[in-house]
Amino acid sequence: MAFARSRQALAIAGVLGLALGVTACGTGNDKKSSNASKPECAAYEKYQGHDGKKVTIYSSIRDIEADRLDQSWKQFEDCTGIDIDHEGSGEFEAQLGVRVDGGNAPDLAFIPQPGLLKRFVDSGKIKEVGADTKAMAEQNFTPDWLKYSTVNGKLYGVPLGSNVKSYVWYSPKTFKDKGWSVPTTWDELIALSDKIAASGTKPWCAGIESGDATGWPATDWIEDVLLRTQGVEVYDQWTTHGIPFNDPKVADAVDKAGTILKNEKYMNGGFGGVKSIATTSFQEAGTPITTGKCAMHRQASFYANQWPEGTKVAEDGDVFAFYFPAVDPSKGKPVLGAGEFVSAFADRPEVQAVQTYLASGEYVNSRAKIGDWLSANKKLDINNVPNPVDKLSVQILQDPKTEFRFDGSDLMPAAVGAGTFWKGMVDWINGKDTTTVLNGIEGSWK
Amino acid sequence: MTTATPTVGAGVQATGTPGRAARVRKRLNSRTATLVSIVIALLWTIPTFGLFISSFRPEDQIKTTGWWTFFSDPQFTLENYQEVLFSTGSSGQLASYFINSLAITIPSVLFPLAFASLAAYALAWINFKGRDWVYIAIFALQIVPLQMALVPLLKFFSTGVTVAGVQILPAWDLVDEQKFAQVWFAHTCFALPFAVFLLHNFISQLPGDLMEAARVDGATHPKIFRTIVLPLITPALAAFGIFQFLWVWNDLLVALIFAGGGDETAPLTVRLAELAGTRGNEWQRLTAGAFVSIVVPLIVFLSLQRFFVRGLLAGSVKG
Repeated sequence: MAFARSRQALAIAGVLGLALGVTACGTGNDKKSSNASKPECAAYEKYQGHDGKKVTIYSSIRDIEADRLDQSWKQFEDCTGIDIDHEGSGEFEAQLGVRVDGGNAPDLAFIPQPGLLKRFVDSGKIKEVGADTKAMAEQNFTPDWLKYSTVNGKLYGVPLGSNVKSYVWYSPKTFKDKGWSVPTTWDELIALSDKIAASGTKPWCAGIESGDATGWPATDWIEDVLLRTQGVEVYDQWTTHGIPFNDPKVADAVDKAGTILKNEKYMNGGFGGVKSIATTSFQEAGTPITTGKCAMHRQASFYANQWPEGTKVAEDGDVFAFYFPAVDPSKGKPVLGAGEFVSAFADRPEVQAVQTYLASGEYVNSRAKIGDWLSANKKLDINNVPNPVDKLSVQILQDPKTEFRFDGSDLMPAAVGAGTFWKGMVDWINGKDTTTVLNGIEGSWK
Repeated sequence: MTTATPTVGAGVQATGTPGRAARVRKRLNSRTATLVSIVIALLWTIPTFGLFISSFRPEDQIKTTGWWTFFSDPQFTLENYQEVLFSTGSSGQLASYFINSLAITIPSVLFPLAFASLAAYALAWINFKGRDWVYIAIFALQIVPLQMALVPLLKFFSTGVTVAGVQILPAWDLVDEQKFAQVWFAHTCFALPFAVFLLHNFISQLPGDLMEAARVDGATHPKIFRTIVLPLITPALAAFGIFQFLWVWNDLLVALIFAGGGDETAPLTVRLAELAGTRGNEWQRLTAGAFVSIVVPLIVFLSLQRFFVRGLLAGSVKG
């Protein structure tokens, strides 16, 4: 029977494939040994004594950024003998819950949402940080930052990387050619927009399409404007549900954002009308700036990596960013941003050692030197930050006048902050009125 | 795909009145119908075709223009494939995840095939008490969504089974590439109800005279199973094999949870999901990545497809 023979071949192929797979995996797991006596290891002395131990880290960081992470703690691994095993996944938020519930939690997780962190603290899964780690964190971070990982007076995570969201991207070249100057107040910003609109170019471009997360760039807009019109106290009440989501103060901020986002005269340079915002992907939304079809694009510092290859990101280059101006500069300098927190699901000594190390000045400088990264850590030396936008961000974060606030949608319960708020913003862009949208979101916050 | 048309016609003929059925059949076989089905097939293929063209275009072209501009301004490069297959660092290396995918898929197809054919034979041709209830229970298990089993199964692997404080089964405590065993176990569990159902329907249709004759000649159950049943059910085995192969190869969820995302065990799909980078700015890689991962299922499907339609129909008609 011909088929019997081919089935035999299939079985042989199967066994062969399996054998190949096993041998391919069997190699290349060499044991790390500690080189504690080397001179460059002096800085890691306090983390010694865990030779041969393994610490697993789970995060949403992947691809080239994950390579950079591995590179950033290489020396620490060599000196202490601790093997750090990092795994990044695009499904981090959903998977972390499944793994923790299934008793398969990682030792450390980089959690970008304080709301999610609190949920794990409430269910008793995250361990309070050790005394050494706490001392290190309090020394290197402002209370503004630590409060996001503090629950009932206890610290459950240390901040790691950060980004600054209050940026407007523009082209220094175009601005110079046309004689436009960078606005420093809200009124100047509107005046400039009108001027650009009158010259025939649409001044703004935006895009909120982002797969499952479509809508998030618009929530950043609302948060940034609310911080500017009402100040940090109202913002804090809003994110903790101290005032309702549809409070008149919030509605006022949304309408103010609408004077730019939903203004057909301003939007959407290079793409079409206001409605094209909902279908433009956030990765591409700023691209028309490089071709002169759009003048300004509000997006976070990490947008520096999204420009087409060959675009020079610098103060005298093709694109750069300015601080999203305050409505009344005398009332302080609110900054919207985000970042991730290192939380521990295990309290073994080597896990605490790694957690302490990640909060230290040695670590942040080692990571910053590799590029495209910054932190609110006070020990971060601005000279170690190669990228001009990141330099500007570090200046803003370290400026004592800065009032930093975390991205509100990450603080709210996930059903609101990563659910109805996103969807509401898509409806709002597509023409629904402010009151209906805000009432809908308020109704979903249980 | 073209074999489907006469099958539909035959089905109509069997149930409806002969005159009307013949008319329908005639119409379905006409030139216009063939033309329409060709047009539909072409329309359905266009997105895949566009992706295929895109995978050979340079990054800046992919990101700024549609794939159709390839015809007016052809720019050809193999850079995308080079990048996803062989580049160092975590931006590529699909080549090595390929092995992981094979190591997960092949046992995950063979285990359920072996268990299900044995179970199906026993349920169809061995008389024991409660046989029908066992069959009904297995049949009913098909409707349990696998998402419900993820957390309990993960607990089963990581903490074992404890009833009233007594440890009945220990934790598996697997590390690195040993985690393949968890994925095989999970895929086998999730596949068995459907596999048993499909093969049972097939095996129970075999003529009883055959079994009786064999038993008269002194053949035992293992002997009958090996020499009579197995050769006769190969179309069904192949059909289920393809089905299970495609499902496991394309699976992301089960692998992500039970194999983890480490480079020792993660299959192609897990890698593919991370290929675009933390903020999705390298999505041009997905074009080439998708075609790399499509190759194996295509080969499997094309080489075994003649059994696919036959096996599925034979198994399902009775159920």
